[in-house]
Amino acid sequence: MLNGMAPRDVIGNIFIDMAKKNPDIVLVDADFGTASKIFDFKKHFPDRFIQVGIAEQNMMGIAAGLSTVGLIPFVSTVAVFCSRRACDQVTISIALSHTNVKILGVYAGLFVGKNGASHQSLEDISIMRALPNMVVLQPADAIETEQMLHFAAEYIGPMYIRIGRDPIKSYLPPDYKFQLGKSVTIKEGKDLTIFTYGDLVEETMKAAGLLSEDGIEARVINMSSIKPIDEEAIVKAAKETGTIVTIDNHNIYGGLGSAVAEVVTEKYPVKVKRIGVKDVFGKTGSNDEMKKYFGLRAIDMRNDILTFLKKS
Amino acid sequence: MSISNNQILELEKIAQRIKIKIIKMLTVSGGGHAGGSMSAVEILTSLYFHEMKFNPKNHLDENRDRFILSKGHASPALYAVFSEIGFLTEDSLWTLHEIDGPLQMHPERGLCPGVEMSTGALGQGLSAGIGMALGARIRGKDFRVYVLIGDGEMDEGQIWEAAMSASKFKLDNLTTIIDYNKFSLTSSTTETMPLEPLADKWKSFGWNVLEINGHKIPEILEALQQAKEVKGKPTIIIANTFKGHNIPSFENTAASHSVSFTLDQVRETLKGLGCDETEINTTITKMK
Repeated sequence: MLNGMAPRDVIGNIFIDMAKKNPDIVLVDADFGTASKIFDFKKHFPDRFIQVGIAEQNMMGIAAGLSTVGLIPFVSTVAVFCSRRACDQVTISIALSHTNVKILGVYAGLFVGKNGASHQSLEDISIMRALPNMVVLQPADAIETEQMLHFAAEYIGPMYIRIGRDPIKSYLPPDYKFQLGKSVTIKEGKDLTIFTYGDLVEETMKAAGLLSEDGIEARVINMSSIKPIDEEAIVKAAKETGTIVTIDNHNIYGGLGSAVAEVVTEKYPVKVKRIGVKDVFGKTGSNDEMKKYFGLRAIDMRNDILTFLKKS
Repeated sequence: MSISNNQILELEKIAQRIKIKIIKMLTVSGGGHAGGSMSAVEILTSLYFHEMKFNPKNHLDENRDRFILSKGHASPALYAVFSEIGFLTEDSLWTLHEIDGPLQMHPERGLCPGVEMSTGALGQGLSAGIGMALGARIRGKDFRVYVLIGDGEMDEGQIWEAAMSASKFKLDNLTTIIDYNKFSLTSSTTETMPLEPLADKWKSFGWNVLEINGHKIPEILEALQQAKEVKGKPTIIIANTFKGHNIPSFENTAASHSVSFTLDQVRETLKGLGCDETEINTTITKMK
């Protein structure tokens, strides 16, 4: 049962299941497999598990090479090292070369255990979104994680998937099926729309609950496909609910908020409030400490939104 | 090794034609990376016209040997080779560096037939070659992988990440060649960033190391043959070359790295390579 589990806790078993059916799947690790929970794959498929050591740049190039032979390499390490550290290799050997490499950025966003700023990826969406040919995704729960990995193996082309470290409660409808470029409404509402994704979905839903108590009904939409983005859902929200709010486990510069605002300003201008990390580096702390510090608890979101609505 | 003098002479003729094409391309296009292209010609000729197995009619044949030009700025040499093989027409060479053409300044996979990996950002090609060599093993294929790296390129840390891993993976189906022309963009490699003792460095990383004259085709062929016979480790061939080889005004200088030729330099270089007046004048009239 995947419901309520952490995406990073389930990817290892998903890969083992996928690899049993698909001989093309190979995993490339940069000495993070025990933390990203993919290490058991090595026992099942020793020839298809490639350990490159703490060398993310080399890892991206090796994966690019593997893909040209018809294999489907999934590389994974800490999100920040997939993006910041290996940015040029991802750009040239993967995006420009249009190689069929799937990059899993594990420990995406603020929640990285008590590892602090060096390990927190608050710019990875921005980096990856700016690369032509690159798809950018983050699952909202372990169930969507499984769907997304299956989709990734079928899709031909470069892809970046953010994988959260910690358990997430599932809010997706039971019949939900991930589709590239499509979002899903997880709470209906008429007064404003909140776009969210990944491991802040739970706090967002709690914030929407608090707003209900204030007499404000927020529509909440899970945007697991960050690029390509669901323009239709954004324009529809702007037309039907006016005000838009975005929630980012990322810097507000370049994250989902930026992506949504780009569509809104071009297609149907309404006011957009971006909630997320406000152009500062991360900190060492527990998840609860960080949510409080960076204003990402449900109560903080609710207060920010009320203030924004008053000003609008 | 069973290769006749006639075969060597034939390869030398091809190398000569490729050098002429490089100078003509760079003349017509208005300039580019002459030095590192000219230093690599005998190496590329030996690879594509003797060593490597591929199907000239199908550049995507899955059993082909792979070549990656990690020093992507030497693309004119690669494009000239492709025109000799038939991956490109000779006419397409005169589209070098055109904005919507296949012959970009640095090679792009998917844009130009035969380019196995986009390169140009130095230090990246060897890692991709390692992936291909590993892929051959996983797939049970017996194709070989060849990577040409530059000397200045070895300043990049990724090269040494790759060097360590190729050795770990015991990739005896991978041959890497260093175009050791002793110059990068700004100055000699000794001044920019000393590489010596280069052979010892690669030996200490677990590679089989061979050192040759990179303009002598028999030496190149011999080294490529030896590389295939070594089991359990990758081979690196340190090919000593001259940057800007056969360009009288620029040979063995850092300035040869990127060149816009004067008419006199075009005449002098093409004449030295055996072109007659008519051929030289035809090239000059095509200048953009």
